Amino acid sequence: METLLSILTGLLFALGVYLLLRRSLVQVLLGIMFLSHAANLVIFVSGGLSRDVAPMIGVAGEMPVGRYADPLPQALILTAIVIGFGLLAFALALVMRAQARLGTDDVDELQGEGLDES
Amino acid sequence: MSGLVTASILIPFLGAAGQAIAGRRTYVLHRLITLLATLGLCGVGLALVVGTRTGVVEVVHSGGWPVPLGISLVGDALSALMVGVCGVVGFACAIYLAGARRTDLEARGLHPLLLILLGGVNGAFLTGDAFNLYVWFEVMLIASFVLLGLCGEKAAVEASVKYVVINLASSVLFLIALGLLYGKAGTLNFADLHVKLATPEAAAGTQSAAVLMLVAFGIKAGAFPLFMWLPASYPALPAPLGAVFAGLLTKVGVYAIMRVYSLVFAVHVQWLQPLLWWTAVLTMIVGVFGAASQMEIRRVLSFHIVSQIGYMLAGIALGTRAALAATVFYIVHHILVKANLFFLGGVIENRCGSMALKRCGGLYAAAPWFGVLFLIPAMSLGGIPPLSGFFAKFGLLQEALRMEEGWLTAVALGVGLLTLYSMTKIWREAFWKAAPEGMALAGPWPRLALVACLLLAGVTVGISLQPQALIEMAEQAAKSLVEPQIYVDAVMKGGAEP
Repeated sequence: METLLSILTGLLFALGVYLLLRRSLVQVLLGIMFLSHAANLVIFVSGGLSRDVAPMIGVAGEMPVGRYADPLPQALILTAIVIGFGLLAFALALVMRAQARLGTDDVDELQGEGLDES
Repeated sequence: MSGLVTASILIPFLGAAGQAIAGRRTYVLHRLITLLATLGLCGVGLALVVGTRTGVVEVVHSGGWPVPLGISLVGDALSALMVGVCGVVGFACAIYLAGARRTDLEARGLHPLLLILLGGVNGAFLTGDAFNLYVWFEVMLIASFVLLGLCGEKAAVEASVKYVVINLASSVLFLIALGLLYGKAGTLNFADLHVKLATPEAAAGTQSAAVLMLVAFGIKAGAFPLFMWLPASYPALPAPLGAVFAGLLTKVGVYAIMRVYSLVFAVHVQWLQPLLWWTAVLTMIVGVFGAASQMEIRRVLSFHIVSQIGYMLAGIALGTRAALAATVFYIVHHILVKANLFFLGGVIENRCGSMALKRCGGLYAAAPWFGVLFLIPAMSLGGIPPLSGFFAKFGLLQEALRMEEGWLTAVALGVGLLTLYSMTKIWREAFWKAAPEGMALAGPWPRLALVACLLLAGVTVGISLQPQALIEMAEQAAKSLVEPQIYVDAVMKGGAEP
């Protein structure tokens, strides 16, 4: 399973970096989306994968006996997904607005004319 | 006393919530809440500084979880100093905004966003957990994204696209580093990480995480070669917001570098040191030359942020206790001075109708006292002797010379001279030159904006007259960086007691 997930993570990174280097802003954002998914998978795998064991602690709060799953990576990923989703939603709205205001979504045309000194 | 740590995070968020309840129309109430909240932050921050001056470390274990399972909030001398300065700058910005002409931005939520931004900054300064640092970064970022995006002009939309994309990329790098770190150490608590990664054998395999974090924080700090977003985005902000962004946000990146590389990656600093050294030197040089070629006040100042970040990184690269103390002093001095210069830029815009130097002029003839008000932070930034910038640079260069870092000293001195050149350029164009024809007629002086400038200039002069007090605090902060055991002990001994 680790091998499979590693390959998937690698693919997501490759896709993300490729899209990040594109000139279209929407594609750049999609690239960041893929990268953040890849990052989430890294956390997931790095926590160690375990099958058929629960991340439970006892009623009295005692530590689980024997093998148990680490619940923390999932909590981290959940937080990261929520944050990433919020940021991405904002970024998409921003790109839409940029396209409306600037008339382009080509990164090369963002040359800062609005900040001219004249 | 540890209530202060919680309060400095809670106050801004409570203020923002109050403003949300107050609704969008009552801008007077918004301004009042911002003033009160930032004044509270100021008080809490200064109390924290006084409380940790002797080396006390305030620890809060949130939710009463035992260490290292829960998130610890830690206020040591370094964090306290940063929170204190953040409060002062926030309060000055609130004063400036209270007197500003009512804008559309205010109806769209400028005030709550500003408070959330300050809350995020304080959270990042106080957290003792790497993942929590990521979360505070995001809180800070989303508030700054929206503020920049709301400015609405064409230039601001374009600037915020660049700002958002680069910062999202840096967040992803940070997140990957966290994953790798957790996979190796099984914990993300700074103190626990310090214990678990104490020896090179134990820390083997975390090199990639160390470098990824350096890149992520380097982007936030605006270090060479990752600084281009900064002069492309900050000039689009209105002056009071520009002051908060310029003063505080990049310094959070520098703070994170100091904290993480003294506490978590202490074993890797040896081989990272040359990288930091070169980054520092190139950041200084590139930033100052960028500033020399600009002719708009906000752009000149934005490039100077980059150049000054280089000084701070140089102190971190030297890494000794004296160098770190000088760096902390430098950061405090720089935040105050840089925010002040942005405020003054706003006043100049108010008088001349523009921040383009070609369109300004005649300010000294019109109001000599305003010239003096400008000269205090400008000369301090350049490092002229009686002012705070001199002590900051002196401490750093003294240590660099002691360590026989001749090149670093030479570069720092040359860059200091060019900084002075940029400041005299603003002085010559905006103050000495006769007012250009067709310059927009000056209205009344923005009184409260001048009060904000006076407040920050007063603090700068205070530091200049009594540098010893701040030097001692900075040395205390440096002590907690070079002797992380104090920090670790304070966090670990806490147990479940909140």
